[in-house]
Amino acid sequence: MSGSGGTAPAHVTLRGITRVYPGQAPQPPVHALGPIDLDLAQGEFFAVVGPSGCGKSTLLDVIAGLVVASAGEAAFEGTPIAGSVPDGIGVVFQEDASFPWLTVHDNIAFGLRELGRPADVVNAKVTYALNFMGLADFAHAYPAQLSGGMRQRVCIARTLVLEPRLILLDEPFGALDQQTRLLMGDELLRLWRETGATILLITHALDEATMLADRVGVMSARPGRFLEIVATGWARERDSTIVSDPRFGQLTSRIWTLLRSESLRALGHAGANR
Amino acid sequence: MSRVGLLRTAVIAGAIASLEGLIRGGIVPRFTIIPPSEMVVALVAILRSGKFTIDIVTTLTNVALAIVAAMIVGVAVGTALQKAAALRRIFDPLFATYYAIPMYAFYPLLIVVFGLGDVPQICIGFLLAVMAVIINTLNGLDRVPRVLLKAARMHRMGGLRTALRIRLPYAAPYIFTGFKLAVAYSFIGVIGAEFITSSRGIGYEISFAYNNFDNRLMYGLILFVLLLVMTVNMSLHVWEKRLMARRRR
Amino acid sequence: MKIRDSVALLIIVLAGWQLLYWAVGEIAFRSPATTFVNAGTMLADPRFLPHLRETLLAFVEAFAIALAVGLSIGVTLGASRLAGEVAEPILVALYSIPKVTLYPIILLVFGIGMPAKVAFGAIHGIVPISIFALNAIRNINPIYLRTGQVLRLSPLSAARRILIPAALPEIVTGIRVGFSLTLIGTLLGEMFGAQRGLGHLLMQAMTRHNMDSIMALTLLLVAFAAVVNGLLLALDHRLHRRV
Repeated sequence: MSGSGGTAPAHVTLRGITRVYPGQAPQPPVHALGPIDLDLAQGEFFAVVGPSGCGKSTLLDVIAGLVVASAGEAAFEGTPIAGSVPDGIGVVFQEDASFPWLTVHDNIAFGLRELGRPADVVNAKVTYALNFMGLADFAHAYPAQLSGGMRQRVCIARTLVLEPRLILLDEPFGALDQQTRLLMGDELLRLWRETGATILLITHALDEATMLADRVGVMSARPGRFLEIVATGWARERDSTIVSDPRFGQLTSRIWTLLRSESLRALGHAGANR
Repeated sequence: MSRVGLLRTAVIAGAIASLEGLIRGGIVPRFTIIPPSEMVVALVAILRSGKFTIDIVTTLTNVALAIVAAMIVGVAVGTALQKAAALRRIFDPLFATYYAIPMYAFYPLLIVVFGLGDVPQICIGFLLAVMAVIINTLNGLDRVPRVLLKAARMHRMGGLRTALRIRLPYAAPYIFTGFKLAVAYSFIGVIGAEFITSSRGIGYEISFAYNNFDNRLMYGLILFVLLLVMTVNMSLHVWEKRLMARRRR
Repeated sequence: MKIRDSVALLIIVLAGWQLLYWAVGEIAFRSPATTFVNAGTMLADPRFLPHLRETLLAFVEAFAIALAVGLSIGVTLGASRLAGEVAEPILVALYSIPKVTLYPIILLVFGIGMPAKVAFGAIHGIVPISIFALNAIRNINPIYLRTGQVLRLSPLSAARRILIPAALPEIVTGIRVGFSLTLIGTLLGEMFGAQRGLGHLLMQAMTRHNMDSIMALTLLLVAFAAVVNGLLLALDHRLHRRV
């Protein structure tokens, strides 16, 4: 089931994306993902939820150009994505990817320096990102001295500062506690509004998906395909207080109904493989 | 054997074969190294002749004594020290620096004190081995979960009984790592010392053969030591991995 | 806190030494005080300097070789998963053999003298440096490599700006161990069949039963090794603390 956000050309287009991992003999090949059809509209916030092992991360890898799909086409801003990371895409991983040997400031400046931007431009942008993410007081600290949430903010800032037009997040708040997650969700919405970027968020937390996204893609168990894409219809100006809206409960329960049987199936798969 | 294991065997066999070829081809002169095949022949002849049995037995005995001493002293000191936190902190820099110190520098001192017998060599082997045992015993005892110690107190077990029946058995795989290292270091210490100056033992015979330009004998003995040490160390390594695997959660 | 403990350790060592001296006697031992004086005299003696220079020169050359060869081997093998897996047990086996048994081979290849000492010292250092470098590269957190990909770094840039800083702490540990072992190897090489150098002086003092020299030399060697290792250890700790 494909979805489309409007009549403007889609920012990201996926057609028949499939990923099969060749098995190591004597194991058979693993059909991990697809076929997936999806259109992401420019500036939309799209969340993906699904049971463990359904291929959500693989989907992100394909869009980011980190992995080549076994079949199907993917395109970003009209240009095919094939094996290399396109310009204008930023990725935030679940694990802490901050460089422990650099200060927070130098971590954020890393990408800009790599592009050879002049020092004054770099410092201006880094200062802006530091303030935006609330890290100004920690500019000269090392990641080891920060909490998990702060380190993830460093990673987001490092991506932000390059002004990506598409931001992919793979369970970025997975390692954080619930309260920090909710606050980070608000920050992510703020980031989204202020940059106008298109966002694809992978999460296993249903409430997070429902709260943050314009549309939620519900994935089946492996091989992952979209069972349904649920539109939330929220206003652009929103934050975590949306949980009190009655529609929030309905949407979340709708998604869980779809997911519950898939999750049971996924567990069954896991049991069979042991 | 796994693919990696096969590849490794091929690499080693290839290296030996290349050496053989280089020597027989005259590129590497024979008076420097004899071909590996002739080393094996010399080794077999040495073992058959029985002329060096006394040396082999001497060296192995000395190594064994060094190992036993290192294990007894090492485990005892490690166990005692693990409880005495303040004392342990004081000795911490010693643990970190110990293996940087040239132990062989003490060899002349030991000879003067103990004379030219086997004792100085055993001492060097012991000195090298004991610290590895202490460090690993400490490491193993550190890992004993506090809940087990609480259980010991519930059973009203005293310090010695707790150590013998709970702490040391729990730390056993790590103490085994210390044992593995003690074996390796004892060989290095004893044979190294025999080489520098001694009146018998494999190390002594190797240096004697060198001084007498008897290359066949020398290489045969060197091969013997290499094969012996590698076999022993690898067997212990495999055994250690199995012990550790049982403990992995 | 750290300094107080080190001072306490020093006192314990010196006290133990003094007790041993009282137990063993002048026939085979010297007191700490005497030995320190002797060491000072030795350092001031002009005949001592050439030996010191010889040993230092041999050591520096051996260490340079150990660094160059060890790092090259370690980094190259670490970069390939298969090569690393195949090579590591071989390197570990080489690490545990008594390298002194290989010394006659080195003497046959290089002849007695400086080149043999340098080669012997170098082989002591090459193995640990390469093992640590191999593991340093192998154990780089894959997330850093993915980040490099996502930031679209060229392979050269990624190596320079991500791989090397990430692997540096472990590599430095290997260099520290390699330093100590190269020193031991160089010294050992001098103790057998050398004409000059501190190791040779040590053996000479032994045959002449010169207790003053034996203990003074031993003290100098141990002190030097301990101090340098202490400094490298401090650097090691600083690098590992950031991680």
